[in-house]
Amino acid sequence: MSAQRRAAALLALLAAALLALPLVANAYLLSVATLILFFAFSGQAWNVMMGFAGQLSLGHSLYVGLGAYAAAGLFFHFGIGPWAGIWLAIAVCVAAGAAIGFLAFRFGISGVYFALLTIAFAEFTRIGFDHIGWLGGPGGLFIKVEQRQAADLLNLRGPPVMFYYVMLALAAGAFALCAWLLRSRAGYYWQAIRENEEAAQALGINTFRWKMLAVVISAAMTSFSGVFFAFYYNNLFPETIFHISRSIEIILGPIIGGIGTLFGPILGAAVLTILADSITDLLAAVGLEFPGVKQVFYGVVLLLVVMFLPHGIWPALARRLGLDRKS
Amino acid sequence: MAVDLVVNVALAGVLTGLVYGLMALGLSVIFGVVRVVNFAHGEMMTVAMYAAVGLFTAFKLDPFLSVIPVAAAFFVLGYLLQTGLINPFITRPEHSQFMLLVAIAIIVVNGLLMAFGPDARNVQVDYQLESWAAGPILFDKARVYAAGVAILASGALFAFFRYTRTGKAIRACADNYLGAKVVGLDVKHYYALTFGLGSACVAVAGCMLILLVDVTPSLGPSYTLLAFVIVIVGGLGSMGGALLGGVLIGLSEAMAGLFIQPSAKSMFSFALLILVLLFRPQGLMGRRP
Amino acid sequence: MERSTGMNRRKFNTALATTGALAALSPFGIVRAQGAKLKVGVLLPRSGYLGFIGQSCQKGADLAPGVIKTLLGVDIELMNADTESNIDTARTRAERLIQEGAHVLVGAFDSGQSTAIAQVAEQRGVPYVVNIAAAPQITEQGYKFVFRNFPTAPDLVRNGLNNIGALFQATNVVPRSAVFMYVNDTFGLAMSKGINAFLPRLTNLPFKITESVPYDPAAKDLTVEVSKAKAANADFLLLVCRLQDSIILRREMVKQRWNPMGVISPGSPGMYEEQFAKVLGKYAEYCISNAPWYNPKTNMTKIVDAAFKKQNPGEKFVFHATNVAYTYESILIAADAYKRARSTDARALADAIRQTNITDRVALGGPIKFNAKGQVEGNLSACVQNLGGTPKVVLPADAAEAKPVFPWPGYKA
Repeated sequence: MSAQRRAAALLALLAAALLALPLVANAYLLSVATLILFFAFSGQAWNVMMGFAGQLSLGHSLYVGLGAYAAAGLFFHFGIGPWAGIWLAIAVCVAAGAAIGFLAFRFGISGVYFALLTIAFAEFTRIGFDHIGWLGGPGGLFIKVEQRQAADLLNLRGPPVMFYYVMLALAAGAFALCAWLLRSRAGYYWQAIRENEEAAQALGINTFRWKMLAVVISAAMTSFSGVFFAFYYNNLFPETIFHISRSIEIILGPIIGGIGTLFGPILGAAVLTILADSITDLLAAVGLEFPGVKQVFYGVVLLLVVMFLPHGIWPALARRLGLDRKS
Repeated sequence: MAVDLVVNVALAGVLTGLVYGLMALGLSVIFGVVRVVNFAHGEMMTVAMYAAVGLFTAFKLDPFLSVIPVAAAFFVLGYLLQTGLINPFITRPEHSQFMLLVAIAIIVVNGLLMAFGPDARNVQVDYQLESWAAGPILFDKARVYAAGVAILASGALFAFFRYTRTGKAIRACADNYLGAKVVGLDVKHYYALTFGLGSACVAVAGCMLILLVDVTPSLGPSYTLLAFVIVIVGGLGSMGGALLGGVLIGLSEAMAGLFIQPSAKSMFSFALLILVLLFRPQGLMGRRP
Repeated sequence: MERSTGMNRRKFNTALATTGALAALSPFGIVRAQGAKLKVGVLLPRSGYLGFIGQSCQKGADLAPGVIKTLLGVDIELMNADTESNIDTARTRAERLIQEGAHVLVGAFDSGQSTAIAQVAEQRGVPYVVNIAAAPQITEQGYKFVFRNFPTAPDLVRNGLNNIGALFQATNVVPRSAVFMYVNDTFGLAMSKGINAFLPRLTNLPFKITESVPYDPAAKDLTVEVSKAKAANADFLLLVCRLQDSIILRREMVKQRWNPMGVISPGSPGMYEEQFAKVLGKYAEYCISNAPWYNPKTNMTKIVDAAFKKQNPGEKFVFHATNVAYTYESILIAADAYKRARSTDARALADAIRQTNITDRVALGGPIKFNAKGQVEGNLSACVQNLGGTPKVVLPADAAEAKPVFPWPGYKA
């Protein structure tokens, strides 16, 4: 079986498993699975900017927060449902991403400076939202939880199973979109820019435009995460949703899984979430349940992966599964 | 608004800024030479603060005296950290460096939590709450001392890089990696030396900061961010730049807090960072664009 | 166990063996031993930025089984989970606890995390008693399984302001102005709104707010804020803070030689905590806070105090007053309901909790009784003042351990 056939078969298997999961999993596993898909999706969105266009964003919580507040604000104040609210969320995030991208690329900011710029914007926004009384300020924005039994897809009110499938659809959509992007002209231009921007420019590629596209697509995709978060948890605080730790959470998956790959973010999200839970269980079983122990183990695992698997887990795994093409 | 209020606030802003500058000095040295993005900077300083607390609790050692053993220990630790862990990452992409140091930061923060618990610790020296008065103008003793150390430290570092052979060699490695190797400089050794030096600076900053702030395990991240803002604003690799950046941040925050809204004063630091990144990315006193 | 005439040793041993075999199979929740232990899932932030507070609350949970066994004869099994101060973890841990057979959930200190857990509890039909969280929205959702025994933010504001009025009456002082400094977070914001709403209407409060100075909870340096507040030249400082910034503020007050009549918090953590006293020594004295607290005069408080001392030698109950009192009470509520319901069935427990009426309690206030929204309405704040190195209840008079001192000594008009 050729590598491509094998990949397609495994993909189909994975899809089937994910679709059938709620039938066999208990509520706890379902909540963990939803979380994995959430980070898989967010990581995939971030990956567009980093893995495809090579721009390190450490302030992606900005888009999560903006998307969340846009949709939640509309719902809270005007009763406008998330399917309409998502358009405002996308618009706001695209504007923010475009602003950051424009400022950065026009002024030639890249690398770690770009990363710091993204952090600055996220922090600026965090403190800013703490002062917006209309959206709850530091006291938080709470969406009324109407009902949780019937799946009201229009207003995203319903049982956890509904949220699982929504997240699965989003993750699958992101995967498909990224696969298509990679194979499209954008994908090739991005690769060129990533490898050697000056050479790409010399070839006549309008690097500014393509980098902007990556940033804007990434921002728009991430806005979906925000909207989902708002309606899944039904409460938002600037302090937590714009926080840098959330930005770091988003990027852990793709970096561990494999930047620039399609499966990296998904694999990374799965590995990290399961790892975190497993360590907690392991420590509980051994009786070492002191605060901080779990995070130390978690940090050590991260350290080891970064040191010994610099391209992430997926490339090594793909090779093992015989999925990479011999080009 | 009363004049003495404005003067007092401005003075406090400058002094605080100098302390911030001292805190950022180590990062400037490391980032300026080794080009590693040390996202565990704040955590390293936190460890230094705990060391100072430990020495005070055990031996009643004033933090000013603790500076010597702690800085020496951190120099060695920094050197080892660079040679052992960080060196292979210099040529790696930024996100890898970032992940490495984030992992280290997580381990350090939670290790501290395990070792010391979540309670805040501090030292209690006599002059900590005292101030000198010149009419209506008040000088906070602890801050003045710390600011003094900041100026001394940056002066010493500047002299080191300007006038000593080792200092010049390090600058050579920073300016031209390939050239330095061609002339036969042991770049790896100098990088490690620099990291050790930067770590020693961080240790000094920690010993001074414990006079002003109580230490908790999760103190680090906000200081890491602040240090980066200061270093970018002031200019990479510039000692004076770090102090200047610190003073600018301290002063602008103080003025923003006074005239606009204290709870939003951090926004101005970030706004300043964004402006500097856009219009003068090498920082105010930096050399490289 | 019923005494039956047909029982003999062999039957008894067989019954015992069977029960043992069934119990051995029960880790997977296949068979639950009837009426044996009530499993209480305790969700608290024991690590992360709330770790300090979570661990404090945990002390209240840890001593509960022993005390409750003695007082009510009910067996409690605690299932502790760390929310890690993180909303995602809070949600999955709550699901996990329910999966593992928790009959009741308690927790989780933080409003955001508690909201997430409340949704899980309501979804799964498992009763959840919030120990500490002030966002009013938690009990405004029409939930049937979520209960809260803690004042909401508006309650805290009202209680605090009332106490301050009583304080001035008790000490016979009439300050005319106050400068209001508040941390820009949930408490601070609620206080600011509440003060704007309530203050003009409360006739027993003679003072006006001359200046408001909000500050960033993450600020490490509060020189500007204190300078601004000092320049307002008000009679006293009305302060809403957290622990770390309360220490920084008080230090800065000393450095800037600002000596108002006193520092009063209408309702926030900070000045009554151990770290504050340890670090500031004599400068911590006479600071006044209004907070939900234990009632030093009740029987149950004395019992819990003794249990606390035994389990935490070298620590003082008074420095964990709020956290321990309310966390203990959340488990007490579960146990009391279980005793009356005589079953671990979720619906029965929820109904029993709804009928709760506990008069002998630890926290200051009326009896523990839930209104239609699942909220206890009678919880009060105590006015506590740092005297002799520890916070002492000075108001209300019938629960007082000492007399209030205001203005503080050394104040010159």
